[in-house]
Amino acid sequence: MRKLAVDVVVIGGGSTGAGVVRDVAMRGYSAVLLDRADLGQGTTGRFHGLLHSGGRYVVSDPMSATECAQENAILARIQASAIETTGGYFVTCPGDDPAFADKFLAGAAATGVPAREIAVAEALRNEPRLNPGIMRAVEVEDGTVDGWQLVWGAANSAKAYGAQVLTYHAVTRIDREGNRVSAVHCTDLKSGEEVVIDCNFVLNCAGPWAGQIAHMAGADPVDVIPGRGIMIAMNHRLVNRVVNRMIYPADGDILVPVHTVSIIGTTDVKVDDPDNLAIEQDEVQQMLDAGEVLIPGFRNARALHAWAGARPLIKDKRVAAADTRHMSRGMAVIDHTERDGLDGMLTIGGGKLTTYRLMAEHIVDAMCEKLGETRECRTAKENIPGPEATRNYVVTHRLEEREHDRLEEQIICECELMSRKMFTEALANQPKGTFDDLRRQLRLGMGPCQGGFCTTRATGIALETDHIDIERANGLLRLFLKNRWIGLWPILYGDQVRQTALDNWIFQGTLDVEHLPQPESEVAL
Amino acid sequence: MTTKGLEFAGHELSRATLDACVKCTICETACPVSAVTPLFSGPKFVGPQAERFRNGESVDHSLDYCSSCGACTLACPQGVQIAELNSQARAVMKADHMPVRDQLITRTTLMGMMMTPVAPLANAALHNKPIRAIVEKVIGIHRDAPMPPAQTQTLQGWLKKRKAPTRKATRGPVVFFHGCAGGYFEVETSKKSIEVLEYLGYEVIVPKQGCCGLAQQSNGLFDQASAAVLKLCDELRSGGKDLTIISSSGSCTGMLKHEAHEIMGVSDDRLKDVGTRIRDMMEFLLDLHDAGELPTDFQAIDMTVPYHAPCQLKSQGMGQPAVEVLKLIPGLTVVESGAVCCGIAGTYGLKKEKYEVAQAVGKPLFDMVKRTNPDLALCDTETCRWQIEQSSGVKTEHPVWMVHRAYGLS
Repeated sequence: MRKLAVDVVVIGGGSTGAGVVRDVAMRGYSAVLLDRADLGQGTTGRFHGLLHSGGRYVVSDPMSATECAQENAILARIQASAIETTGGYFVTCPGDDPAFADKFLAGAAATGVPAREIAVAEALRNEPRLNPGIMRAVEVEDGTVDGWQLVWGAANSAKAYGAQVLTYHAVTRIDREGNRVSAVHCTDLKSGEEVVIDCNFVLNCAGPWAGQIAHMAGADPVDVIPGRGIMIAMNHRLVNRVVNRMIYPADGDILVPVHTVSIIGTTDVKVDDPDNLAIEQDEVQQMLDAGEVLIPGFRNARALHAWAGARPLIKDKRVAAADTRHMSRGMAVIDHTERDGLDGMLTIGGGKLTTYRLMAEHIVDAMCEKLGETRECRTAKENIPGPEATRNYVVTHRLEEREHDRLEEQIICECELMSRKMFTEALANQPKGTFDDLRRQLRLGMGPCQGGFCTTRATGIALETDHIDIERANGLLRLFLKNRWIGLWPILYGDQVRQTALDNWIFQGTLDVEHLPQPESEVAL
Repeated sequence: MTTKGLEFAGHELSRATLDACVKCTICETACPVSAVTPLFSGPKFVGPQAERFRNGESVDHSLDYCSSCGACTLACPQGVQIAELNSQARAVMKADHMPVRDQLITRTTLMGMMMTPVAPLANAALHNKPIRAIVEKVIGIHRDAPMPPAQTQTLQGWLKKRKAPTRKATRGPVVFFHGCAGGYFEVETSKKSIEVLEYLGYEVIVPKQGCCGLAQQSNGLFDQASAAVLKLCDELRSGGKDLTIISSSGSCTGMLKHEAHEIMGVSDDRLKDVGTRIRDMMEFLLDLHDAGELPTDFQAIDMTVPYHAPCQLKSQGMGQPAVEVLKLIPGLTVVESGAVCCGIAGTYGLKKEKYEVAQAVGKPLFDMVKRTNPDLALCDTETCRWQIEQSSGVKTEHPVWMVHRAYGLS
């Protein structure tokens, strides 16, 4: 058993937790961030990748709109390399109410969201695939964000301020001394070791799992209603700007160009268990239909992968519990002292990726207030260091990098232009990681072939460089392929079928992966 | 320059085809350039892979090592327009910094017009080493690269001065498209084609005509090339409504048949009209034969001759009609080169920085030609003939010369 002692334990390694641990560390507290899996493996890594301009909420949720507009500008500055300032359009599609644009423009003016109506011809010139029948177009400052880079950036910044980040550490128990939280128990899932962390404060940032964490501390149930949404990544950028439908927020109304793909989403269905998110066929069809409205011919384009995420919405008594879309997107900090008579713990829910820094600021402010201390939040002022920290991401970056090292470097993942060096460096930093952990940082296997050509190369290199033994190599290979398949089954139509057939011939026909030596227990993490 | 990647009418269509890529690598095995140099990252990389990372800004200048031979598109079993994507990306790349050389070497008509009146002088200059060294240094055309031989008479000059054909036109009129090279440099091939057509009983109409813009297209000058090809369509259409248009200029025929539309996105009824009416000379002869209308009273030619089907002919998807037609000539044994490309690819092999690559691409072909017949080789396109002749030392003719000979016309 390992013992640690810190001021603050932050639970949940999504965007909120990473933002919180950074904020806590920058204010001078010693801190540990815990997650039962890898960083950004839950909700953060399973959404659109949209950096909201605020436009989506100018009519339905004015306060969120203003927050988004402000945070959008801050993040594009402090986490430049994780963000692409693509810009975005709101377009009135055939059949939509053209008058909604007037409400939209008025709402934008009132909430401080920059928006400008442009000529339909200009919108069509800049985005030639857009539905030529659109009636109105408004330009906004939407961007796109790589959730994993955002989270890792914040976590690395926290580490630079002395915080510890413990991934694959599952919380098993929360101790109290009287009315006060005193320690957090967790298990290092990779080694099996028990870890006990004495602490002064717990910040519960577990998103859709926040209710489960609060329960461990003995608080009354927190009503977190996971709202499931599915997303589909299309093979390439059908648009170079975020395209939103000019309607009251609904399903499948946004198409986002992130890295090399464009992502259509999303749906919103209340679910009970955030660990069990189905990708229903009718929702897939619904998304393809929605894409067709924005981009005629959408159904003929190639879908690469589908996934589902769960929104961590805190129940708001103003709306019916089943209507998750219209609950407040605004963040809610739950004070367990007032609610449960429990000191030393705060829970945060709601919010969105775009406002993750602000959420952190709010919950850490609340904690300081409880501790009777005044420590200023500096997260908006300091840039997060990283490669090319001051340059916003653009899709051409990797092609440009490969152009420079093309004569020296091998390319391992051809679809996403990941070089051998990128892979070996990431592996050295995370030697116990699975290929999915590396994928989230490198985009390994996220392109059209979905691991068909790069999985064996990555496995071979990991083995050859002595990071893993043969048993783990086989296990990681099988695990990676299995996980890729989860997102392939729901969209098996058109061009992607041919790819999966070829991949299948390679893996089953040529390499016979199903008959690799079977270990006693299969590699799971 | 106004050219921006995403503004090409054709680009959206080509880009859509990248969805069909399954990364099988067949195109890479077909590429003659990446086989001989690591400087070019290969068609799969530069085409469907890199395209996903493009947004109208050019960052991968090594794509210019693509020779545009089109072997990749032809080989792709999934229908990805690989070469087309590369050509479009090249146009974006060069939009902001077009070398003077690439502007110059694409002005094929101008070159012909200037060189013909001073042919002996021009030819002397082209073979003068110090002059070529200066040209290489100043303009960037390699000193050893093949250049077209200037002629003392243009095709139009010959047409004006020659005696009217005596044979009666029993099969009606056709239009002849000679192209710049066939008008100024490869005049003999045009003459022989016209004479064969007249021998077969056609009235051959040769309207005044300019350039198809192919060289400009392959150098990324899409605006100029699009204007040129449409002007040419007007000129060829002036020869007569619905008439078959015949050409012995293989690559220019490809420009009209598919490249102007598929690479540059020219979508114009005039192009569609000409593109569907035009036939390659050997294709036309084979069509006649298939219809039982080609006289096969050929004189025997006892010879074994190497034949190279140029890349730009193969990309037209019509097989190798020259091989089929030449088989009809008694005594003649035609040995196919089996080579993908001779390396020149229009103007590619002329360029100082590409010359060595082009020579390496063509080496197996040059060796095969020398081995098969040191005195004569056959090939359908002009720049390829110049390349083969220059690099192998073997005289290279259009296959129609053989037909002309076998009909007893020469």
